Amino acid sequence: MNSDELLRRKSFIELGARERARAVLDAGSMRELIGPFERFVSPWLAQQGVVTQADDGVVVAKGRIDGQPAVVLAIEGAFQGGSLGEVGGAKIAGALELAAEDNRRGVPTRAVILFETGGVRLQEANLGLAAIAEIHSAIVDLRRYQPVIGITAGTVGCFGGMSIAAGLCSYLIVTREARLGLNGPAVIEQEAGIEEYDSRDRPFIWSVTGGEQRYRSKLADAWLEDDVEAIRDSVRGLLRQGLPARHLSDRHEAFLACLAQLDAAEQARPDAIRARYQKGL
Amino acid sequence: MPQAIELSRGATWLAALTADARCASGYPASVRVVDAPLAGQAARYIAVVPDPDNRFPRVRKGEVGLVEGWELARAVREIVAADADRPVKRPIVAVIDVASQAYGRREEACGIHQALAGAAAAYADARLAGHPVIGLIVGKAMSGALLAHGYQANRLIALDDPQVMVHAMGKAAAARVTLRSVAELEALAARIPPMAYDVGSFAALGLLWRLLAVERADAPTGGDLDRVDTCLVEALADIRADAARDLSGRLGLAPRRMSKQVRERLRAVWQEG
Repeated sequence: MNSDELLRRKSFIELGARERARAVLDAGSMRELIGPFERFVSPWLAQQGVVTQADDGVVVAKGRIDGQPAVVLAIEGAFQGGSLGEVGGAKIAGALELAAEDNRRGVPTRAVILFETGGVRLQEANLGLAAIAEIHSAIVDLRRYQPVIGITAGTVGCFGGMSIAAGLCSYLIVTREARLGLNGPAVIEQEAGIEEYDSRDRPFIWSVTGGEQRYRSKLADAWLEDDVEAIRDSVRGLLRQGLPARHLSDRHEAFLACLAQLDAAEQARPDAIRARYQKGL
Repeated sequence: MPQAIELSRGATWLAALTADARCASGYPASVRVVDAPLAGQAARYIAVVPDPDNRFPRVRKGEVGLVEGWELARAVREIVAADADRPVKRPIVAVIDVASQAYGRREEACGIHQALAGAAAAYADARLAGHPVIGLIVGKAMSGALLAHGYQANRLIALDDPQVMVHAMGKAAAARVTLRSVAELEALAARIPPMAYDVGSFAALGLLWRLLAVERADAPTGGDLDRVDTCLVEALADIRADAARDLSGRLGLAPRRMSKQVRERLRAVWQEG
């Protein structure tokens, strides 16, 4: 890329959650629900002396995409690592539930989820986990009618129970700054040892969970530059495709066949997994 | 059924509830699938159990790994497909005793998040298709493992026992991530109900349909078995009588009032104007 292109490009990653949501929706169509002035804050953080945020780190934005009704759910990675507590989790689950209801009465509301999250907020542990189960349920319900698009742009990435939510989406968009994995590197190192997973070895972490690796292993559908226009276009392109013939989460036969051919005695090599999934998925 | 010297709780309860019926063939040793009656009707019982010989080294103590996630999906979708044209769908009972999801390089590299999504989607689709799905927590029900195996159930039942535990992360790792000591974490857990590890605190959040006292959770007595079986039968009847196929039944109690208020407010402002 030359410097002209670089200067023209508008970074998506540098935007906060609210501006990301606005960027995904059709220009001028955004209407935020339960915005920060309504002050739905976490009742649990204050009890622990942790500063709350007026939107609990989640933006619910209704509007239009390609002229069709849409809701964008954007997680703010800068607040508590994008962790999901009771209120933020309920905002996402509740909005997805209403989008599914819309579809049942003939309004074709689609959803886009912006994942910048470490997963459950441990200060609200079991209520975060419960909310994530409800988010999973709502995605599976809604995707019977309309595609649910996930985007993990970076720099927080997408981990924990929300990585499972990303795995439930009809399509997943990643950038080269994204990481996607179930367990955070520090937790794996804590549970399995540094030989198994060195959380400080950044090139290694990116080689396993980075956006490019996920895309080349067919665990993501689009791999984009950090560019607002590219992400807007990709969302519209994927929505126009409609529902996939089969969701990735429903392809257990293909995954089991790939895993059966894997030599589990050997440690995993990212290039070998790319090759295996390229062929088998 | 292969007899380990010491059965896990999950294996013990699965065998007891199904009168030692044979496991369905074709599944790995870590995923036991048993077709046996519930309330006199055909049902499918599923448990993840420890397999010390699991070919994935990080999945030998009853964790939910890559293969386990996808095999759970297969076990559930098999029933959904078989009952697709039947008006009455078979119940599915997830017997839950899962220490954690698997933590390992192989797991991350091969996309364990996607495998657990496979399992969660299968259970959720089964529930939406009208299969009564019951989650019976007899031991640990931790984090991603629970999300994959049981948390999509219409009704959750747990044994009231000190070794029954529901949480998002083990204590040591949770302390590290939140920059606290284990002692500090325990002190907070004692006064912040969602942070607690014991099943009584979990029940107080309104996420369980029933909390069930038993005499011997490790080796159920005849009375224990009767009590749990009766509760499963009641849960089945309760689900059949309920038109809702979502998880809204978990929103009833005061500690989750914000979960309810957020939804009510969203509904009020959802439509423009």
